[in-house]
Amino acid sequence: MSSILLRPDNLHGDTVLDEPNYLNWKSTVASWLLTKDHKRIAVMYFFSISFMFLIGGIAASGIRLALVRPHDTFFSSETYDKMFSAHGIIMVFFFLVPSIPATLGNFLVPLMIGAKDLAFPRLNLLSWYVYIVASAIMLGAVAFGGIDTGWTFYEPYSSIYSNSNVVAVTFAVFLAGFASIMTGMNFIVTIHKMRAPGLTWFRLPLFIWGMYATSLIMVLGTPVVAITLLLVTLQRMFGLCIFDPSCGGDPLLFEHLFWFYSHPAVYIMVLPSMAVVSEVIACFSRKRIFGYEFVAFSSMAIALLGFFVWGHHMFVTGESMYAGMVFSLLSFLIAVPSAIKVFNWSATLYKGNVWLSAPLIFAIGFILLFTIGGLTGLFLASLAVDVHLNMTYFVVAHFHYVMVGGAIFGFMAGMHFWWPKITGRLYPEGWAIVTAVVMFLGFNFTFFPQFILGFLGMPRRYHYYAPPYQFWNDMSSAGATIMAIGFMLPLFYWAWSLKYGEIAGPNPWGAKGLEWTVPSPPPSHNFDEIPLVTEEAYDYKAIHAAEIAGDYSHLQFDHPFAEAKHSDKPTNFEEH
Amino acid sequence: MNIPFIPVQASTFASQVDAIFYAMVGLTIFFVTIISLMLATFVVRYRRGSNVDRSNPTEGNLILELTWSIIPMLMGLGIYVWSTRPYAEIYNPPANINTIDVIGKRWMWQIQHTRSGIRENDQLHLVVNQPVKFDLISQDVIHGFFIPAFRIKRDCLPGHYNTMWVTPNRVGKYYLYCSEYCGSGHSEMGGYVYVMSPEDYAVWKSTGQNRQTEASESAVEIGQGVFQKFGCANCHGRVNGVHAPTLYGLYGTQASLTNGTSPLVDANFIRNELINPNGLVVKGWPAVMPSYPIGSDEGDISESNLLDLIQYIKSLRGGAGVPGETVTAVSASQPVKQTKVERAVTVNGKLSKGSSTQNGGTGKGLVK
Repeated sequence: MSSILLRPDNLHGDTVLDEPNYLNWKSTVASWLLTKDHKRIAVMYFFSISFMFLIGGIAASGIRLALVRPHDTFFSSETYDKMFSAHGIIMVFFFLVPSIPATLGNFLVPLMIGAKDLAFPRLNLLSWYVYIVASAIMLGAVAFGGIDTGWTFYEPYSSIYSNSNVVAVTFAVFLAGFASIMTGMNFIVTIHKMRAPGLTWFRLPLFIWGMYATSLIMVLGTPVVAITLLLVTLQRMFGLCIFDPSCGGDPLLFEHLFWFYSHPAVYIMVLPSMAVVSEVIACFSRKRIFGYEFVAFSSMAIALLGFFVWGHHMFVTGESMYAGMVFSLLSFLIAVPSAIKVFNWSATLYKGNVWLSAPLIFAIGFILLFTIGGLTGLFLASLAVDVHLNMTYFVVAHFHYVMVGGAIFGFMAGMHFWWPKITGRLYPEGWAIVTAVVMFLGFNFTFFPQFILGFLGMPRRYHYYAPPYQFWNDMSSAGATIMAIGFMLPLFYWAWSLKYGEIAGPNPWGAKGLEWTVPSPPPSHNFDEIPLVTEEAYDYKAIHAAEIAGDYSHLQFDHPFAEAKHSDKPTNFEEH
Repeated sequence: MNIPFIPVQASTFASQVDAIFYAMVGLTIFFVTIISLMLATFVVRYRRGSNVDRSNPTEGNLILELTWSIIPMLMGLGIYVWSTRPYAEIYNPPANINTIDVIGKRWMWQIQHTRSGIRENDQLHLVVNQPVKFDLISQDVIHGFFIPAFRIKRDCLPGHYNTMWVTPNRVGKYYLYCSEYCGSGHSEMGGYVYVMSPEDYAVWKSTGQNRQTEASESAVEIGQGVFQKFGCANCHGRVNGVHAPTLYGLYGTQASLTNGTSPLVDANFIRNELINPNGLVVKGWPAVMPSYPIGSDEGDISESNLLDLIQYIKSLRGGAGVPGETVTAVSASQPVKQTKVERAVTVNGKLSKGSSTQNGGTGKGLVK
């Protein structure tokens, strides 16, 4: 059982020892499946999305295998199409959209704002069940026949021409959409109504700001894609004429509706990672985030502007020239809040006392990859250049820099940062750093060549390609192998740490924030009493000053810098 | 091993696009370098335990915030303006350039040269330094007509014509791709674009292989046959008839519809009128036109024939225009149809105005 050390900055040093935590207070299957505890739901979501990530990753491996040679003979084109469709749909709707909000968000939102749970615990559990049903339908559809429309479901291909499980898959995505609407609703209400006394909006951790902005997009955007996919189903099953031009429908209408959600959805995927990175950078540089208000408001600006740039996916579809000009301009403008974030994160490190831990390395990886992903997005926002690059591998490279380099590196940063809080144990730092480096190298190896392929003109979703493109495709496939190893490693050392990892204690990083004031793992009810917040977010001044003076006594675990405290380490830990 | 980095430039558009592209590559390197240097410097210099000055750490600075908001924004806006001009150009082809009709279908490209009437599949022969306009349509799902060496692409939508134009400026053989996913044959839906010197083109034209039909008739002539075959001429004569207006001089003008809209009479308008005539009734005329389905069934107008028909209607200038035509349309009106005649006159007035400012592709140049 973990204990807590008395610290001047600990608001609740009076935590009862040996109190059961949310993991071990009851261990029956029913106690998990019927739980209303946001933390248990977060853990269940973590396992669910990880499984979906594995399936999506297997599909990706198939794609890279097929593309090793210009004229692939492993797979038929039908199979290849089903692999990239499954990869895209699973990764976007079943991994990236729920990833941080449903796991870290669910776990941390109540803890960070000093609440005992989310506003609607039952709705939260329902969200998980809806997600599970949606995932089951999706996996069933993939196993029995697959889907070959790509994740964009473009019309009239999806409703008239495709001979695959379009109805089942669009229904699965429709359901998964409801799971994220429920999560979003829950977060918005919780953040508005359940903040601890004294926790004003501008004292909120930036993670909460990010979750709030994400939730707004989820609640406002997801219904649009849900209805759109329902219309696809109605057209496919009952011939309702919406998108098929042969009966008076308009396929471009589908693209407008689809991107009206799916562009903001990109921000659903990356805003949470930005939220995580803000926490990690502040903690490990021992400084308040530089320009807190700017970082907070830039999240809101991204959420708002994100709804007005969808047309940049359609510059070559025959959309009006003037519409193209407006969407292009807005797309350039939305880069500004992202740039503000990147500069503020970098500036936060200035004069900090930087602890180059694994979460920080992941966060720095995020900043670099997201910067490249964001700037290459401007190539695609710029009209004349997009005419050439649209629908090529340049687009594929760009959005993987944002969604893998951005979203997943953020997710990894967050998972490592809060792993001790969630599990009560520390992961092995050395392995985590190796993983961060392997993933970073493997990622760039995989996706940087795709920028070149795109500029050379190789269209995306090509099973067979012209021989001159082979060199870069082979490099990409080689890199994917490295990246796959990078993604495997945490499976092992996280599993190892559950049993053998060092006991973390409530606050192994010396971090600020209410979640670090409760034991690790936290008790089911989070807080014995609702905390009173009297300080700004990231009030690291005292810690910063102490560390500069060489005092690392606030660190609780065995670390070279924590030697001063080493002898005080509680001894009632189990052996490891 | 020959490792490609840079795609060949084979159109006037390509060098413009590449200039912007390289400028953006430069900006990307610039910003990534700044960020990397900031991160690396701060992480190393202010690493834990290092003995450096950390006094007075700041938590924010308005001037700094404005600097790194406004400077990148201005850079972005500069690129935006620079990049928007060539894009607008694609929407405005020069007057009187050759038109090539492109039909995308799963999984091939059907090319129809409107002037010569030559038809090709998955191949496109062009003359170097001659601008050419493409009218694009799909017969089934959305396709994308993409020639990387030209740096242009545009989607081929079913049921709607898109256009683009380009001036190839380098002789050679280039890839032609489908850029919009269209099913299992997507990656095989492509071919080659041959840009030829005028001499080589002339040789190819007279002896060329791979042609689907002999170049006996231009698109206008084929279209005229379609016009006759489907009985269009029964109502749409050289002058306004009892049931229907003349189509002479109509293309490129603005129609005035009973539903209150006044769409431009272009390829898409003609197409929509054929499919849904009762939904698009011209003011002053009875809604008596039957619908003509477009498709490949018996009795349908094929996509290919429809493109020819449009070229024919385009060629019907008010007054003279079509070879052998001597009758002036407007002057021979009947007194009974006085109001409609006036309409026709205004239409012609607009036509001449429109053809000087707009793209001018109203047919004159198509018929030689």
